[in-house]
Amino acid sequence: MSRLQVVSGKGGTGKTTVAAALALALATEGKRALLVEVEGRQGIAQLFETEALPYEERKIAVAPGGGEVYALAIDAELALLDYLQMFYKLGSAGRALKKLGAIDFATTIAPGVRDVLLTGKACEAVRRKDKRGRFVYDYVVMDAPPTGRITRFLNVNDEVAGLAKVGPIHNQAQAVMRVLKSRETAVHLVTLLEEMPVQETVDGIAELRTARLPVGRVVVNMVRPQVLDATDLERVRETPRTALARSLSGAGLGGARRGGHAERLVDPLLAQAGEYAERYTLEQEQRAVLGEVGLPTHELPLLAEGMDLAGLYELATELRKQGIA
Amino acid sequence: MSPEEPARHREGARRLAAAPVLDVDLLLEDPQTRIVVCCGSGGVGKTTTAAALGLRAAERGRKVVVLTIDPARRLAQSMGIDSLDNTPRRVKGVDDAAGGELHAMMLDMKRTFDEIVESHADRERAAAILGNPFYQSLSAGFAGTQEYMAMEKLGQLRAKDEWDLIVVDTPPSRSALDFLDAPKRLGSFLDGKLIRVLLAPAKVGGRAGMKFLNVGMSMMTGVLGKVLGGQFLKDVQTFVAAMDSMFGGFRTRADATYKLLQAPGTAFLVVAAPERDALREAAYFVQRLAAEDMPLAGLVLNRVHGSGADGLSAERALAAAENLEDPRIVDQDGGKAGVRTDPGNSPDTQGSSGTADSAPAEQAPDTSPEASAPKATERPAAETTADSTAAAGTAAPETTERSVDALTAGLLRLHAERMHLLAREQRTRDRFTARHPEVAVTEVAALPGDVHDLAGLRDIGERLATGRPELPGPGA
Repeated sequence: MSRLQVVSGKGGTGKTTVAAALALALATEGKRALLVEVEGRQGIAQLFETEALPYEERKIAVAPGGGEVYALAIDAELALLDYLQMFYKLGSAGRALKKLGAIDFATTIAPGVRDVLLTGKACEAVRRKDKRGRFVYDYVVMDAPPTGRITRFLNVNDEVAGLAKVGPIHNQAQAVMRVLKSRETAVHLVTLLEEMPVQETVDGIAELRTARLPVGRVVVNMVRPQVLDATDLERVRETPRTALARSLSGAGLGGARRGGHAERLVDPLLAQAGEYAERYTLEQEQRAVLGEVGLPTHELPLLAEGMDLAGLYELATELRKQGIA
Repeated sequence: MSPEEPARHREGARRLAAAPVLDVDLLLEDPQTRIVVCCGSGGVGKTTTAAALGLRAAERGRKVVVLTIDPARRLAQSMGIDSLDNTPRRVKGVDDAAGGELHAMMLDMKRTFDEIVESHADRERAAAILGNPFYQSLSAGFAGTQEYMAMEKLGQLRAKDEWDLIVVDTPPSRSALDFLDAPKRLGSFLDGKLIRVLLAPAKVGGRAGMKFLNVGMSMMTGVLGKVLGGQFLKDVQTFVAAMDSMFGGFRTRADATYKLLQAPGTAFLVVAAPERDALREAAYFVQRLAAEDMPLAGLVLNRVHGSGADGLSAERALAAAENLEDPRIVDQDGGKAGVRTDPGNSPDTQGSSGTADSAPAEQAPDTSPEASAPKATERPAAETTADSTAAAGTAAPETTERSVDALTAGLLRLHAERMHLLAREQRTRDRFTARHPEVAVTEVAALPGDVHDLAGLRDIGERLATGRPELPGPGA
């Protein structure tokens, strides 16, 4: 099991949720996981129903069996100041740099530098050891940028190499790439069973593979329960409306004759079944497309009550059950 | 659209917070409306909404251009904008009876940036800039460039004055707010103090130039050089020197775009889906637009579910489904008891018995072993069908009813699921409306599939204008 688990996915697919559930799942049985956020959205804090996370590793959840989940919202500016402090003992000069806009420049404008700092911090957490020489975190889970940007984000070496050919940022990029391209890392992609997210996932996997970044698994999120299967749907089409009306009436839902309560339910129920059938077909098509990428695929259910902390634990259990953690 | 519209179809089912309904047609037909900006978080259907609005406005007589950022491939193909040439193309197949036109384009951010450079620098200098590695990274990949270029393109389209309505899609940002900030940020960076500092040594050159720099600044370039590497800094300096003539322009352009967004002819539409995260982002956006004095027209709530049978609650549907699935009840009552308790039913039951008789032949193969284990136990009535049909033809009407009952139970479970979804969406939506009761809302019913063509966009446009999810009703 790779120690750095990177979770990406198209916007709206729930990659933050999956990353958090994965961290919880990995932390079970006394392990310690660090959940890292790199986009400054405070999605983790919202998910765990806590106040905004500072730039500091802090315990946010206890997993079943005594494991712990820590969280860190990496801020590129503070990471750079940290970094300068560590290597150059800048002190107040750091603040002067900030005032001039140099930090903003280096982290926001200079392409790739921001990404090196963000991935660099995550890699540092992966490698960090305590005094007894044991890893501080068993796993680091990164809630990464979306699929469209993930390869560029992780492939910092290429980004930076053309710009900073020597110097600390260059060295940092090299060190980061050694971790990211090793077996220590796995990049997972979250998708929905819809055409655009699936297409983006397939494209993203191809890009990651071209860049020789280790692709892990595909997680299909928010899968709706299968209420009727293809056979049922076929039979729904063949069953006379009057028979359905009688059946509804038999279940205590009113009269089956024309205009009766049960009879009036038939059309809307059939319309809903029609929509379900159309979606079912589309979902099967998308499953087939995902099947072709040749990666282990997992499905997480759509939670009927919406996403909350309890739901997160439910998804974590599901991930463990499916052997992803 | 009548004022009593909002309370119409859901009364009784649940309380509806009274949000004003957004009149999309009024907005699109108003000649004063010159720019519509669709914004919102990723994955909520922004691009489709922008395209549907553009098509609807064009078919109602306006000359429209739609600027999309990252459309789905098939949608782009159907609009004829799948090739990136960074200029609007006329979309074919649009109904021009009302005298309107639809043009569309897909943003090529690198091309847009290159064009700015080419139009503002002489050929030699432009070549130097375009070949600079720093420029190449900045124009192709930097998070924020896309936002800036989208706004730049919007400014260009507006300046051309060839269209009377521009509909803009916004980039799939980390945060929906990015596109408001990026132009200012990039503008102030390119025109800022730091650039001046970086510029100074390259421009003046040598020691003479250094005199103008204070110690802090020279130290800073030193540190930047150390951190980023000397070559990097040199590239930046060359880039900055070459771009020098254009800097004032960037600030001015960023300011102009910002003012354009605040102008009376501009309308922002916040797009969201009835999900917690999307609506939270939408709420931030509403607040932010207000803070920036940007005119918000309303909220487009995509993918809202409805039901033609919303009088039947999830609980009753599930109870009825259990009733149908419980074999003991079916056996006891001979299957038809439920119907016969309602005396008014008998003619109906008799009338359809012929159909029931003909059914077993088709039904029997369906009770096959491929039905998954849990499902099989849920449908014991259906399991017995094959056996009993084979044993005695006389049992057929009853067993058919049992398998119909199993199907009906499935339909009821489907309905219960729909009602749960409806309730959840309504809760999420109410939370938004409670916080922002002033925001006009239009709801677009969820479609089972994706939109790939003009017919699909037209349908979405219709739904946008109707403002309420179209309910699957009788005859659907």
